[in-house]
Amino acid sequence: MTMGETTNIVLVGVGGQGILLAGRLICEVALAEGYDVKANEVHGMAQRGGSVIGQIRFGKKVYSPLVKLHSANYLLAMEIIEAVRYADYLAPDGLALINTQRIIPTTVSSGQADYPAEPEALVKETFERFQVADCLKLALEAGDARCTNVVMVGWLSRHLAFKEKTWLTVLERSVKKKFLAINQKAFALGKNII
Amino acid sequence: MEKAIISGNEAFARGAWEAGVNVGAAYPGTPSTEILENLVKYPDVYCQWSPNEKVAVEFAAGASLAGARSIACMKHVGLNVAADPLMTLAYIGVKGGMALIVADDPGMHSSQNEQDTRQYARFAKVPILEPSDSQEAKEFVGLAFKISEEFRTPVIVRSTTRISHSKSVVTLGERTPHKADGYEKNPRIYVPVPVNARRMRIALEERLGKLGELVCHLEQNVIIEGSSELGIITSGIAYQYAAETFPEASFLKLGMSFPFPDELILRFSKMVKRLLVVEELDNFLEEHVRALGICADGRKYIPGIGELNLDILEEARRKLEGRPEPEKKTVKPSPEVPPRPPVFCPGCPHRGVFFEISKLKPVVIGDIGCYSLAVFPPLSAMDMILCMGAGISSAHGVQKAETGQKVVGVVGDSTFFHSGITGLLDIGYNKGKLVIFVLDNRSTAMTGHQDHPGTGRTLTGQPTHEASIEAFARACGIRRVVTVNPYDLQNLRKVIKEEMEADEASVIIARAPCILLEQSRRLGEPVSICRDKCKTCGVCLKLSCPALEKHQKPDGTFTIAVNPVLCRGCELCIQVCPTGAVSKSSGEKGS
Repeated sequence: MTMGETTNIVLVGVGGQGILLAGRLICEVALAEGYDVKANEVHGMAQRGGSVIGQIRFGKKVYSPLVKLHSANYLLAMEIIEAVRYADYLAPDGLALINTQRIIPTTVSSGQADYPAEPEALVKETFERFQVADCLKLALEAGDARCTNVVMVGWLSRHLAFKEKTWLTVLERSVKKKFLAINQKAFALGKNII
Repeated sequence: MEKAIISGNEAFARGAWEAGVNVGAAYPGTPSTEILENLVKYPDVYCQWSPNEKVAVEFAAGASLAGARSIACMKHVGLNVAADPLMTLAYIGVKGGMALIVADDPGMHSSQNEQDTRQYARFAKVPILEPSDSQEAKEFVGLAFKISEEFRTPVIVRSTTRISHSKSVVTLGERTPHKADGYEKNPRIYVPVPVNARRMRIALEERLGKLGELVCHLEQNVIIEGSSELGIITSGIAYQYAAETFPEASFLKLGMSFPFPDELILRFSKMVKRLLVVEELDNFLEEHVRALGICADGRKYIPGIGELNLDILEEARRKLEGRPEPEKKTVKPSPEVPPRPPVFCPGCPHRGVFFEISKLKPVVIGDIGCYSLAVFPPLSAMDMILCMGAGISSAHGVQKAETGQKVVGVVGDSTFFHSGITGLLDIGYNKGKLVIFVLDNRSTAMTGHQDHPGTGRTLTGQPTHEASIEAFARACGIRRVVTVNPYDLQNLRKVIKEEMEADEASVIIARAPCILLEQSRRLGEPVSICRDKCKTCGVCLKLSCPALEKHQKPDGTFTIAVNPVLCRGCELCIQVCPTGAVSKSSGEKGS
C-alpha cells in the first residue's frame, strides 16, 4: 500500500447488517492517515434486507467513487453467498474476507430459488485468495450480534497499513458511548482472526 | 482549514449553511433526503419538512421574496410535483438567493423512473449547476445563491445518486451570515397577470442572454488542457469517470451546464482534433454541441440508459480507439447465487395487510413507499404503481371503468399527506365505490423515518399538531372509515371483506409504527417452530418473512426454521399456521 496507488475495497452483505458504519470507519481512518478518499454508500430501497454493496477508494488522488470490476484489493463479505455474488469486483490478486454467516433470502423460502447446499465449497471454487471466519459468533462473544460489522473491520485492519491508534480513535468517535466497549472488543476479536 | 470526509448531501447542507442560508424546506426522497436532515443540525437556519415538493418550493420562494436565502430539496420526480411553481417563479424571479437542489437517480436505485433534471433547467429557462464531488456540492450552493441574487432567478443544483451518496474530502469553511431584508411590494414584477407576464416573458429571455455570457466566464466552467488529440466535454459525476479513464485528454468541465456556454464550447472544440461528450442520462450537451455545428461523439459511445461507471467508460474508450474486445477476466459470479431483492422487514406492519388482500385477489393499485415491495412473490399483491398519490386516484379510475372488478387502492401515511388527499376528495365528491387502504406506519419509512404532518413532530423534533387521516377522510366525504391493527389478521380479514362488499367508498387505516422506528424494537419474543407439529405446508412462507427460513435437504424435502436474530415477534406466522406448529418461544428450537 503505497501513497501513489489507489486501494479499492468493496463491502457487501445484506441490508441491515451495518455496511454503512463499516464503510465510514474505513473512510475516516484513511482520511486521518492523509489519503484522498472516496466512498459510495447505499440508501433507500436498496436496503430493506436486499443485497447491498459499498465501495471505498483511497490513494494520492481519487476520481471515481465507484470501483471498477476486477480491481478491488479487498472484498469484505458479511454474508457468505454475497461474497460469491460480487466476486467480479475482486482483482486477480485481491483477497476476499468472508463471514460464514448464512442469511437465507425470501426467494429461497418462497421456492423461487435455492440456497447453495455447500456455500463454503462455492467460495473455494470462486476465489483464489480468501479467508473465512464466523464473525457473527465473535460479535456475540463481544456482546451484540449487531457489531459483526466492526468485527469485520477489525479483521480488515490486519491487512491495511494504518496505525491501530487511528482505528481506535475513529471507532471511539463513530459509535455511541454506550456501545463503545462492545465495539472495541469486537474490533479486537476481528483483528485477532487467524 | 479543517478537512472532513462527507457525503454530497452533507456537503450541500454545509454549503448552504456556510453561504448564510436562512430557510430550507423539503419532502424526503432518495437520494436527496439527507440534505435537510443535515441542515437542521446547524444553528440559525429554519428547516422544515413540507407535505410535498410543490409546497416546499412555494414556501422557499416566499422566503426568498422576503429577502431570505432559501433552498428547497427533492429527488428528480419531486421536481415534477414542484414544476408548477418553478415554471412561473422563473418569470416573477426571486430576491434572496434561492436554490433548488434536485437529486437524479440514474440507474433507478430507489426510483420509479430516470429523469435528467437538466431538461427542466432548459424548460423553465433557469440556470443549472452540476457539482462533481462533495467539495463542489458544498461550493456550488453558495455560487447558486450569488447567481440567483444577481440575476433574480431560481437556480437548480443538480445532484445524482453518486454525488449525494458518495463521500469525498471537503475543506470546511465558516458561515457568512445573510439577513433577510424584508418583502418589497412590487406587483408589477411579482404578479404575473397577463399584462405583467408578457413583459416578464421578454425579461426572461434577456436574463437568459446575460446568463449565457456569465456561463462562458465562470471559473467553474474550466478547460483542463491535455492532449490535443481528444477533448472531452463533461459535467457532474461523469467528469470523475472520464478523468480516470482518459487521463491524457483535454477537458471542458462544466460546473454550470445551462444556459449553454456556446463561446466556450466553440473555443474548446478548436483546441482538439476530436470531441467526445460524456454525460449521464440524456445527451443534453451533445445535442447542443452538434446544433452549434461542431462535430462531436457522445451517445454513440456513452449509453443514455442507467448510470455510468469506470467499466462503461473503459468500454467506450476501447470502441473509440477501435481496439478489439478483451478476453474475459478471471472470476465470474456463480449462477448458483439466489437473488436477494429487498423485502418487508421482519415484524413489518405492512406484511399482514398484503397477505390478507392477496387472498381476495382484487386489482391492487399501489403507491410510492416500502409497500411497493408487495409486488414481489410470494405476496404478489400489487398490480400497478404510477406516482405519489395515484394509489388513490388511479384506483378510483379503475373502479369507474365499471368492469365489475374489485379494486383496492393502497397508500402510506406520508404519501397520503403528500398527494393522497385530493384523490380521496375526488372519490368523496364523485361517489367512488372502492376500498382505500392507508398504511399508517407513523413515518416516512422508506427514506429513513422522517416525520410528516401526521406524526405530531416537526423536523426539529418539536411536538406539533398531529393531522388525522380519519378526520381528513371524513372531511372528503367518506362515511366508512375504519381503523385496524395490522397484526390482527382475523379482524383484518373480516374488515377487508366487509368494506369490499360495501356499496360506497371506504377508507381502512392500518395503523402500527414501522418496526424500525426504534432500533431493536421487538413486538414479542422470537417465535419457534415445533418440528413434530410442522407439516411443512409452507403457508407461513407465503408471508415472505426473512426470519422464516426454508432449509433444503439433499433428499428434496425441507424444514422451516425461525432465525431468532431476525424475528421481531409479530406472531403473524402463529396466526396463519394451520397445524399450530408455531408458538411463542418456549425452548423448543426449530433448527
